[in-house]
Amino acid sequence: MPQIDKRVGDAVVWLLLVTAPLWLTYVGGYIELGSRVLIYALAAMALNFLLGFTGVLSFGHAAYFGLGAYGTALTIKYLYPSTPLAMLVGVVAATVAAAIIGPMIVRLRGVYFAMCTIAFGQVFYFIAFQWSSVTGGDDGVSAWHRMPLGFGLATIDILKDNKAFYYFALALFAVCAAAMAFLLRSPFGRTLLAIRENERRARFLGIPVDRHIWASWVISCFFVAVAGALYALLNNFVDPRALRWDQSGNFVIMAVLGGMRSFWGPLIGAAIFIVLQDYLSSETQNWMSFIGLFFVLVVLFFPRGVLGIVRRKAAS
Amino acid sequence: MSLLRVEKIARHFGSLVAVKDVSMTVEPGELRAVIGPNGAGKTTFFNLISGFLQPTSGRVIFDGADITGLLPARRVWRGIARTFQITEVFPELSVRENLRIPVEVASGFRLRPWLSRAADAEIRAYVAELLEKGGLAAKADRMVGELSHGDQRATEIMMALALKPRLLLLDEPTAGMGDQETYAITQLIRALHKDSKLTIVLIEHDMRVVFHLADRITVLDQGSFLAEGTPQEIAANEQVQTAYLGKAA
Repeated sequence: MPQIDKRVGDAVVWLLLVTAPLWLTYVGGYIELGSRVLIYALAAMALNFLLGFTGVLSFGHAAYFGLGAYGTALTIKYLYPSTPLAMLVGVVAATVAAAIIGPMIVRLRGVYFAMCTIAFGQVFYFIAFQWSSVTGGDDGVSAWHRMPLGFGLATIDILKDNKAFYYFALALFAVCAAAMAFLLRSPFGRTLLAIRENERRARFLGIPVDRHIWASWVISCFFVAVAGALYALLNNFVDPRALRWDQSGNFVIMAVLGGMRSFWGPLIGAAIFIVLQDYLSSETQNWMSFIGLFFVLVVLFFPRGVLGIVRRKAAS
Repeated sequence: MSLLRVEKIARHFGSLVAVKDVSMTVEPGELRAVIGPNGAGKTTFFNLISGFLQPTSGRVIFDGADITGLLPARRVWRGIARTFQITEVFPELSVRENLRIPVEVASGFRLRPWLSRAADAEIRAYVAELLEKGGLAAKADRMVGELSHGDQRATEIMMALALKPRLLLLDEPTAGMGDQETYAITQLIRALHKDSKLTIVLIEHDMRVVFHLADRITVLDQGSFLAEGTPQEIAANEQVQTAYLGKAA
């Protein structure tokens, strides 16, 4: 039975995502909002690869999100005006950075790991903030825009057509989500679950725990960098807030809010967070305090997140 | 050649000497029990063999090779598997997944992003066999955390066995169990030893279990080696009786 439930759940998620541009405007949304939800959902799911499925809390994922975003923006602005090339540069830069920083932190656990990821994250924030001649400092990287996708004969204009950009983001989201799901169902993915469940047992079953955490960390940072690259393209702009520590906190909130033990939890969390933010920020400056309140209530009463409630209902 | 040779191993915690120059040799196919009063250093001794702790001095030789400095995972790859005094399993995974993970790791698949159909079928079949052998087939799809203490213990032993070890270390396999469960686990260990000719070293408090299972017994007392011999020899040993019962007045 649970197997069938899962497939129905997957089908519903994909159906909603594919048809979103058709109904979003009728429920008071707009297409750009849909794209933003997708991008943050990808970031939160990438974080959750590490948090929910390896049991390691990173509070510095914004750094790799931001590296993906800055890499993309700077490539288009200064090097070569090609969207795919720019994304590639951003994602490779972030992944390499994660791979190098990884060995310095994978031996740490719990709050020490989280603190060190914040510290490394802030290093990148201050570089972006201070190195004005390249990054534009506090003003960010502006005066550039994403380029239409050329496929020889046909061109997809993701620049002017919001729907086209949504589907471009959805296509990348789908590939990334499928890749993560695939990895989690593999023998390698099961070693990560083993580490989450009981590190000592995993070690004494012959799993070199630190190396597997490193691999999970790099994979997670790779996917969050894809989200960062899309984020820069969506806004045609990036500034240092993209890689500040509170951005990392937002990813964690989204994952926990939606339910970090379920694959789609972070997507639900991101949707709630982004829609609430969009609605509340037009009403009040203090929108974050309302999101915070909502978050506290969910964590207090439904520690397994919003999807956790649904699951429990289904089980009883 | 002996499978395991521990040479004058010692471990200090600050000024406390938990294990003091203990030596032990285990032959292939043997079932060795390590006993001793509380605080004798049995678990520390085990941790030194499995690599959970590093010794202050002394050596551990496994199958002719010095493994004293090796990390736990590398000792597992050489064929040493262990269980813990307090059961260590993956509580939120099913029994089947708990067994599948060590099977995959032992098959060298731990970094594989996918499996061939043939490999997958082989792994499933081996997991099913382990479930059967451990008496867990009916509970295969339950979460381990929901099972009784005895079933969790059986799962842990089968996880260690899934690695196809050459040496199995069991730290108090019947700790905290009722008579029924103790009997079931004892039968399981006996079957592993007799049918699979597996070399086993176990720590045990329950003397019925020890005398029922062990080929030879090593006795530790206050971190030091006290005696070694067959169950009959140990039962008749006056030093051992003194250590357990205190000096006769």
